[in-house]
Amino acid sequence: MARIVSALLIGLIFGAGIALSGMANPAKILNFFDFAGAWDPSLAFVMAGALAVTAPGYALILKRRAPALDTGFHLPSGKGIDLPLIAGSAVFGIGWGISGFCPGGAIPALGLMETDAVVFVAAMVAGILVARYLRNATRARTATGAA
Amino acid sequence: MTEFTPFLSLLGGALIGLSAVLLMAVHGRIAGMTGILAALLPPPARDWGWRAAFLAGAVAAPAAMIAFGGATIPFDSPVPTPWLIAGGLIVGIGVTYGSGCTSGHGVCGMARLSPRSIAATATFMVTTALTVFVVRHVIGGL
Repeated sequence: MARIVSALLIGLIFGAGIALSGMANPAKILNFFDFAGAWDPSLAFVMAGALAVTAPGYALILKRRAPALDTGFHLPSGKGIDLPLIAGSAVFGIGWGISGFCPGGAIPALGLMETDAVVFVAAMVAGILVARYLRNATRARTATGAA
Repeated sequence: MTEFTPFLSLLGGALIGLSAVLLMAVHGRIAGMTGILAALLPPPARDWGWRAAFLAGAVAAPAAMIAFGGATIPFDSPVPTPWLIAGGLIVGIGVTYGSGCTSGHGVCGMARLSPRSIAATATFMVTTALTVFVVRHVIGGL
């Protein structure tokens, strides 16, 4: 129960941060990247604010043996900078540039009851499922030696 | 045009950071929206409960700010629906192969100076800017 309630409260803080910062507003995202047009530098301040809290916060917390409600920290295992990471990130950027939505901004935008946010999230979920299917199919082929 | 909001954006960013720090302190988890969302899709991860709760909170916060706080949260989606759908599909595919997005790589990964996250963030910032330039100034419109 403590895990659920705490995650809900932490999610509320995340959603409030996204809403206040402007990350849930596609026009603001697109204008940040539009250096040749209606440039709005606000997003740089979002990043600065987030990193100013997260970097020292993580440094303090990760010195501890374990988080409050789990037996250890779940950090991504560093696999090095490989092709899927770079190609996937490049593709994500193209989609972000087309739509103005990223996953972190689009999910809280659902709370604004805007149709465009719902349409985007539905398409994004479809994209995640398609990519997961393709990746698993590739892995299975590789594993059986058929590739 | 959107209004330049340095103070609100800084404050919002600090709250995003606070949320990331708390999720690590309490649950030992990265506050990456891609990872959290993907783990809820079928087949869901075994411990999907906290993820669903985090997501519910993230959606509920803006709704509550409007309903109870009387806040207005600017929202303007200038992109035509077919482009929005294409953008959503592309984002979903990209973040799956790239193992994360702005929250996971851009905030949580960069905060712990992960080389993978720094490389990922630099990559998507560049392709996003190039895409916006092409869409707005080469193709024109939007």
